[in-house]
Amino acid sequence: MDWYPLYNSLRIALFSSVIVFFAGIFSAYYVARLPRSAKGVVDVVLTLPLVLPPTVCGYFLLLAFGLNTPIGRFLDSYGFRFVMTWYGGILAASTVAFPLMYRTARGAFEAFDVTLSEAGQTLGLSNAYIFWHVRIPSCREGIVAGIVLSFARALGEYGATSMLIGYTPGRTATISTTVYQMWRTNNEREAFIWVMMNLVISMVVLLAVNLLEGRNRRRSAG
Amino acid sequence: MRLVVDIRKKLGSFTLSSTFESEDMITGLLGASGCGKSLALKCIAGIETPDEGYIELDGRVLFDSRKGISIRPQERHVGYLFQSYALFPTMSVRKNIMTGVHSIRDRAERRRRYEAAVELMQLEGLEEHRPYQLSGGQAQRAALARIIASQPELLLLDEPFSALDTHLKDSLQVDMKRLIARLGKQTVLVTHSVSEAFRLCSRICVMESGSIIRAGRPAEVYSNPMAEGCAKLFGHRNIFSFRKDGGLIVIPELGISLEKAEAVPEGADRISITDAAITAGGTIRVSTEDVLSESDGNNLILSLGGKRSLWWKSSLCSVDSISIDTARCVFLG
Repeated sequence: MDWYPLYNSLRIALFSSVIVFFAGIFSAYYVARLPRSAKGVVDVVLTLPLVLPPTVCGYFLLLAFGLNTPIGRFLDSYGFRFVMTWYGGILAASTVAFPLMYRTARGAFEAFDVTLSEAGQTLGLSNAYIFWHVRIPSCREGIVAGIVLSFARALGEYGATSMLIGYTPGRTATISTTVYQMWRTNNEREAFIWVMMNLVISMVVLLAVNLLEGRNRRRSAG
Repeated sequence: MRLVVDIRKKLGSFTLSSTFESEDMITGLLGASGCGKSLALKCIAGIETPDEGYIELDGRVLFDSRKGISIRPQERHVGYLFQSYALFPTMSVRKNIMTGVHSIRDRAERRRRYEAAVELMQLEGLEEHRPYQLSGGQAQRAALARIIASQPELLLLDEPFSALDTHLKDSLQVDMKRLIARLGKQTVLVTHSVSEAFRLCSRICVMESGSIIRAGRPAEVYSNPMAEGCAKLFGHRNIFSFRKDGGLIVIPELGISLEKAEAVPEGADRISITDAAITAGGTIRVSTEDVLSESDGNNLILSLGGKRSLWWKSSLCSVDSISIDTARCVFLG
């Protein structure tokens, strides 16, 4: 049995979560400060990957980063290509998972009491300090939820991933593409193993969230 | 220390237009909610930016729209006590106070200021508590300690007692007054409570819909409110327009005329008939329309035959005639 898909899926999901964490909270922070008219447009664009079929996202990624595109050619000249590589999976998973982080972070930031950051400013704290030490910890629950959802989404990504990086055993195979490939080739036993694997990981993640939330709730209830 | 504020800011249909100067220890901005007093305070702190104007603290220009100067709130050295105290919920009291000295390089100095603030605000034993574990009074002390540790040049207090129980309010007002005297820091207090402004402030500015309508020593403002909005804030209920007719003050809305028109100051066009000006028994025939029982007596609603009625606080339950002493009435305008 080849364990590569597990390893590949986990690293893609981990890297994507980190990228999506920073991209999501910064976009949420800056979009909240945009003028109302611009906010509506930017918000729609940033949320689009959530409602578009992942294959459509994959299509757009190919349109932008495909080997025959200016960006693709430029990156390729530095030996860097997102098509048919494992790290192309990070791009695909990040794109699809991004709106989950962005929207949960935005929701958390909207509930954030602005007097806290105003108080920080009058106390002489830098905006960066206020962001990392006051705003983010105060919005911890929403942000943790965003990270977990993004991780789970990245782990299960199929559509955009198969469009961009396809399925090459030992190179670009992920759990979800392997499940499809095994089932398609009548290898039902292995397909089942990977299904169970996915189920276990998802359950562990959700369990961890519930434990974390329970601890937070106890703490804030005193 | 001298604070000069001359600012204008438009928010939708509301316009803040606030001009005052103060060298007093505690200046009060007094007004009903929504009058713009907190907004004025936020402009001084730099959290809000006025559309135009000028703010100066002790010779230091904090804001000048004509010269394009707007000092960041971080560099204004102005302490702001929020109505909600704005303690950082994820930090202990100790960490909260330490944020007030965060910018100081010297570790020993940080420690010294922290300990001084904790001692002054009597927070010993509460240092490891989280904000949600504190009572209202303790939270206020912790927020003050955080501000004091940062050593601001000006204190801004935004409705500091409105979140507290009545019995606690009284003692905390005394504590606050002593604290400010001890720190020797110039302070601007925003409040909607007349009694709070009178207890704490040596000078008050009364605000109404964005503008200061009356400013001065509290006693002076109280005895001569001048503006109708100001009189209403002090609880005047019987304010009527009048005209002078020879030696008489004619109040059409009540259908009566009062004597001694010579008591009317120049430019006044409204009369406020205070409770002290009314006595039972006299020449004006009235009928008691209603009696409202209050904790400290009754409010009689008297009809004098005109369109409007007169409110009078009295121990009586009913009267059929009154007299009004013009000398005790307050003239506005």
